[in-house]
Amino acid sequence: MMEKDILVLGIESSCDETAASVVKNGRVVLSNTIYSQIDLHTLYGGVVPEIASRKHIEKINRVIKKSLEEAGVSLNDIDAIAVTYGPGLVGALLVGVSAAKAVSFASGIPLVGVHHIEGHISANYIENPDLKPPFMCLVASGGHSHLVLVKDYGEYEIIARTRDDAAGEAFDKVARAIGLGYPGGPKIDKISREGNPDAIAFPRGKVEGSEYDFSFSGLKSAVLNYLNGCRMKGEEFSQADVAASFQKAVVEVLVEHSLKAAKDYGVKTFAIAGGVASNSHLREAFEAECAKRGFNFVHPSPIFCTDNAAMIGAAGYYEFIKGYRSTLDLNAVPNLQIGEKVGVFKENDGQFK
Amino acid sequence: MKIIGIDSSGLVASVAIYSDGVIIAEYTTNFKKTHSQTLLPMLDEIKKMTDLDLESVDAIAIASGPGSYTGLRIGSATAKGIALVIDKPIVEVPTLEGLAYNFWGTGDLVCPLMDARRGQVYTGLYEFNPELGTVVDGSAIPLTDMVEKINEIGRPVIYLGDGVPVYKEVLKEKTKVPYLFAPAHRAYQSAASVATLGALYYSQNKYVNADDHAPTYLRKSQAENEGPKQFEV
Repeated sequence: MMEKDILVLGIESSCDETAASVVKNGRVVLSNTIYSQIDLHTLYGGVVPEIASRKHIEKINRVIKKSLEEAGVSLNDIDAIAVTYGPGLVGALLVGVSAAKAVSFASGIPLVGVHHIEGHISANYIENPDLKPPFMCLVASGGHSHLVLVKDYGEYEIIARTRDDAAGEAFDKVARAIGLGYPGGPKIDKISREGNPDAIAFPRGKVEGSEYDFSFSGLKSAVLNYLNGCRMKGEEFSQADVAASFQKAVVEVLVEHSLKAAKDYGVKTFAIAGGVASNSHLREAFEAECAKRGFNFVHPSPIFCTDNAAMIGAAGYYEFIKGYRSTLDLNAVPNLQIGEKVGVFKENDGQFK
Repeated sequence: MKIIGIDSSGLVASVAIYSDGVIIAEYTTNFKKTHSQTLLPMLDEIKKMTDLDLESVDAIAIASGPGSYTGLRIGSATAKGIALVIDKPIVEVPTLEGLAYNFWGTGDLVCPLMDARRGQVYTGLYEFNPELGTVVDGSAIPLTDMVEKINEIGRPVIYLGDGVPVYKEVLKEKTKVPYLFAPAHRAYQSAASVATLGALYYSQNKYVNADDHAPTYLRKSQAENEGPKQFEV
């Protein structure tokens, strides 16, 4: 029997990317429209929430229309609208949430709120048609460093988190300190190719009493202390060596903690997601270690690692077919936890109006 | 002509439907819930109550600013999302004009005041002759600047808006002309006013493509004011 294809319109505006996408059956991306504001925020050394929100409201309709156009479909073909409702910048989230609700209201297309990080994890479904839960996923970005066990579609358990800075945040801060500027991740990734990763022995962060959790603030301080030391002694430091050595310390911790957890929890597949997952050294390290230790390793292409709406369409598809829906009072939840649902209900659980 | 009116620029969330010279529905709340939770459920309610077919709507009139940045964007995103589906334009009704329109026909000056924090109010000065006319354009200024202008002009004035309770004592002390404070049912934003004024503007072809609409904040963001800078780690 041929089942009908399900098309989901994904909408994402949690930080500084205004994005919309049409995704078929949670796996096939028909369009992936992203309006990036990064050049604007680079002037300020990081994302300015009010500027981000102002750009989102200017661009939202054009981005949605373009994604429909590129997919060659109209709203009449869309089965569900999936929108990021948290976590993220509240003012930024509210633009996407309000627009998605209004489109749902005016068109009658069902709406479902999606967790941004669950979206990042689901980005792995797009290019890995055989990927099925259970698997372990490292989510690392400017705002998040989580190790998540994906038990089933839409079922998540947090195994580890960062106790202080997110991995991407550490990249940004160190990049700024050594004069590379914003955004730090891609710049450190690039310059590290010319540096010696063993030039400086930076510490590998450990968290007392938790073998999987991450900590990057000690490493960041060690880099700053090293730079100060160089300045005091009037010595020049090598940007490339500091970047490469710092990056190696981050990557080693992420790989070791992640694969230990994957082994302990008995999963066979390991995935990465989030902006930091586009770091080429991290991907190479995971590839090599997973091969050595017998894990199947998957990762999204860089375009699906950074914020996008295709991942929201993918995650939204699995929420939708499980029967989850949101009503017109869906709100932005800036601190939404992984696995938590606020204003996302099953149609038959009595809460859905 | 059918116009949906929306105002979420301040503490009030308000939606209304204007149909050929009649407000057939209006729903206004001034309650602790966020606009994100109230605005669309309210619109949905009056749409159902009046059997409104959205395809019959000619335009969406939105209080386009100034106001709470987030509140304005919730209203604008709501209006844009609806407009995207029904392929109709947006009528941008400046928030202060919408507020002033609560007192259509008065012979007094009308001075809406919205608390803009940082020692300023969003305010403008309006009169009716018989339609709305602007005496002083809307801007973010210290309250006393506006009161001085009103004293110079020397005509009676009606104050309204959420700035009134904040600055009532200052207004009483500094205003040298006869003045009135608006009563409860006229003191705040009303989507009925926005929709009615919006219908007038629509008939004058004053509307924009919904894709192009964004709020008019009357202020840059703080970061833009301070300019690009070097950040310390």
